Amino acid sequence: MSGPAPWLAVLALAAVQAALFALVGAERLLGWVQTACASAGLPYNTVMVLAGSGLLGVSSAVIGSYAVLRRRSLIGDAVAHAALPGIALAYLMARERNFFLLLLGALVSGVLGAMVISWLRQSTRTRQDAAIGLVLSVFFGLGIVLTSAVQRDPSGAHAGLEGFLLGKTAGLVSQDLLLIAVTSANILLLVWLFQKEFLLLSFDPGFAAVQRWPVPALDILMMTLLVAATVIGLPAVGVVLMAAMLIIPGVAARFWTDRLAALLPLSGAIGLGSAVGGTYVSSIREGMPTGPVIVLAAAAVCLFSMFAAPRRGIAAGVVRRLQMQERVARQNLLRSLYELVEESPDSAVTAEDVAGKRSWSVADAMKLLRRAEARGEVRRTMDGRWTLTDLGLQRALDVVRAHRLWELYLVEQASIAADHVDRDADELEHILPPEMLHQLEDRLKQKGRWPEDRVPASVHPLEGAAREGR
Amino acid sequence: MDTVFGMDAIVFWIIATMALVNVTGALLGTFLVLRRMSLLGDAISHAVLPGLALAFMLTGTREPFPMLAGAMAAGLLTALLTHLIHRYANVPEDAAMGVVFTSLFALGVVMITRVASHVDLDPGCVLYGVLESAALDTRTVFGMEIPRVAVTLSATFLVTVAFVALFWKELKIVSFDPQLATTLGINADRVHYLLMGLVAAFTVAAFEAVGSILVVAMLIAPAATAFLLTDRLHWMTLIAAATGILIAILGRNIAAVYDAPVAGMASVVAGGLFLLAVLFAPRYGVVARRLAQVRLGLRISGEDLLGLAYRWQESGARTPLTASGALDAAGGGVASRAALWLLRRAGLLVKSGDGLRLTASGEERASRLVHRHRLWEAYLAKHLPLPDDHLHSPADRMEHFMDSDLQRQVEEQVPEPHGPSGAPR
Repeated sequence: MSGPAPWLAVLALAAVQAALFALVGAERLLGWVQTACASAGLPYNTVMVLAGSGLLGVSSAVIGSYAVLRRRSLIGDAVAHAALPGIALAYLMARERNFFLLLLGALVSGVLGAMVISWLRQSTRTRQDAAIGLVLSVFFGLGIVLTSAVQRDPSGAHAGLEGFLLGKTAGLVSQDLLLIAVTSANILLLVWLFQKEFLLLSFDPGFAAVQRWPVPALDILMMTLLVAATVIGLPAVGVVLMAAMLIIPGVAARFWTDRLAALLPLSGAIGLGSAVGGTYVSSIREGMPTGPVIVLAAAAVCLFSMFAAPRRGIAAGVVRRLQMQERVARQNLLRSLYELVEESPDSAVTAEDVAGKRSWSVADAMKLLRRAEARGEVRRTMDGRWTLTDLGLQRALDVVRAHRLWELYLVEQASIAADHVDRDADELEHILPPEMLHQLEDRLKQKGRWPEDRVPASVHPLEGAAREGR
Repeated sequence: MDTVFGMDAIVFWIIATMALVNVTGALLGTFLVLRRMSLLGDAISHAVLPGLALAFMLTGTREPFPMLAGAMAAGLLTALLTHLIHRYANVPEDAAMGVVFTSLFALGVVMITRVASHVDLDPGCVLYGVLESAALDTRTVFGMEIPRVAVTLSATFLVTVAFVALFWKELKIVSFDPQLATTLGINADRVHYLLMGLVAAFTVAAFEAVGSILVVAMLIAPAATAFLLTDRLHWMTLIAAATGILIAILGRNIAAVYDAPVAGMASVVAGGLFLLAVLFAPRYGVVARRLAQVRLGLRISGEDLLGLAYRWQESGARTPLTASGALDAAGGGVASRAALWLLRRAGLLVKSGDGLRLTASGEERASRLVHRHRLWEAYLAKHLPLPDDHLHSPADRMEHFMDSDLQRQVEEQVPEPHGPSGAPR
């Protein structure tokens, strides 16, 4: 791929669309939509609002996912704030509320803000977080100054620029919604066209550069798409909440998948769902501002994903940790029992003996023993003591083998003193995979340290067993 | 009209209020910027909204104390949730922050518009602030008419100064080396949450007057400006505070000229001062670094020319070294030309006939240079198994940077190095 290719593609796309638009015209296009709605029996205005906000939700979620992956989430926030001076300047120059010009001004000053952030980060001592915060507040301050100039202007009192701060879908007319929808569709189209490039740019920009890809141009293209999504979202959800439209769907989707090819559609679906749902709820309930409701809907999805996602979710993590604890406790119990009766396999021990072997209370030991009894690993003797069943002995042998194998390995290979290996082995024996055990066996067999067909003897004296022998 | 210190009372209080905001923000911001947490200020300043709304819903008043408590709770919740989501759900920290503060802000907007739409908690004023009218809403303290916001801001300022003074050592260690702080038994978490609590309190105390955007600007801009100007923490704190006061004075006066909102103009001024620092800071400024690069480039080109002339004479070449030949050999371009001009002006090289010749002082400089070059070659030949034809280019780079200390050490390692078999290298 050569240098100017991305820009040529973008220009071609823009040219084709401009030609089509000139040929058809916004009025006729909207007329067609209106006719279609009428023949399908759908309310035209609702369809337009839902289509606009839905497409906006999808495009900002998709392009925002890249920002989340590239650890640039908050650049969207800065860009949203940085768009304000552009909007005010565009108004001051055009002297009328031309929606297209306002958004163009926003795009220019948003891209400028994004470029200032990367310039500050790359060529000065300022770090990314401070650069983002500076651009955000300084551009916005300038925006406030310019907006007050607009409001002093006799024609500007009703410019409706405040609408950009908190967003108001109700204030948008069909033409505005058409522009939002067309821009969103373009963003999605470009993301689809450049998916391979964006994938590499997100995960390995260094490799992309080595492969002679135009990394800076692609970076600027991605940034421009982010700014474009932000800018068309401003009139609908406002400056502050635009960041949420970019970040939250991507974060939510990230909980469910590790693949970009799945992440983007999922994030787009979450964006679509919360945008359409939020718009709908705020249109039927009095006093529910659209932008915040959309964001709260997305936040609810994110919260749900955070807890319930199968692998990365918090609930799954807790379950995993509990299972691990359970396994460790079970294996520790088996090994303790085995070591207590190693000398005389048929003898039985009390719960106190087991508790004394590890730092368990007698009640804990009893609980574990009962659970092992339910699994058929131990049984109670006539006099209330405990002994391993055949099944239990089999399982205990596996555990002890892993433990002693690792101890032996540590003594042999890592030259750790014999009286120190017990604790180290204790941490690892529970997670040693079978292949690793086989490797260890082979290594030790080669060195002639592996006693054939039985559990190797412990490399250190066994405390509990010694006491038992007394 | 009332006057204070010979100034119009309203003007004085606008500047004083903003100076209080800026200095407090600069003190707190120093530690945020150093710990790469600047954006927590932004996040907290937005996320206090539901705290304010909840406090209002519970108490039904806008008294400062419940408001402050609600906002501090929301602010701390933001810091805590960001940390928890980052830590336990494996979300990158910036994304976690973005999720938390936007969600809380959305919640706050919904709460306000649904429950408290009849009160004066205009979300727009949350962003802008109304410094001009806040200066008129006064209370009498010790017989003086003081704006209500100035009273709360003074309290925040004093608490912040006390906090920074008391925890100076802890803040310093936690900012630069959190691991060391932990091993020294300093509870980094406690310092962190104290700082976050103060940021939240500052945000609430300030944003009524100046709006949340100026709060963000003041938490970052003075500290980031100072960070460009110094490497010492106490200087950074002082410069940041001074920058904050300067912003207050310039901001209000420029705003008066253009009849613009003071808070907005103050962030623009803050940006302007930061830009000045970015460009002209003595050590880290763009101009200073560019100049240093140019100076280094000229020195290297000049030394290359001197070395070339020296080797030319040493080899006993019949033809004189022509200026164009020397420039080509030294890489050509503007830098070489400028370097040649400087060498001739310094009297190290002269033009004789159609060639260049070293003067006595030039020959002395050049011989030291070539000596260093050959020292490094000999050192490499002795200690690294490099083939002979690979020795020249590392030495070529090194000759410009070898100081007398290093030269002495190398001389101890290698005895008198010889010229490379007479041929110019």
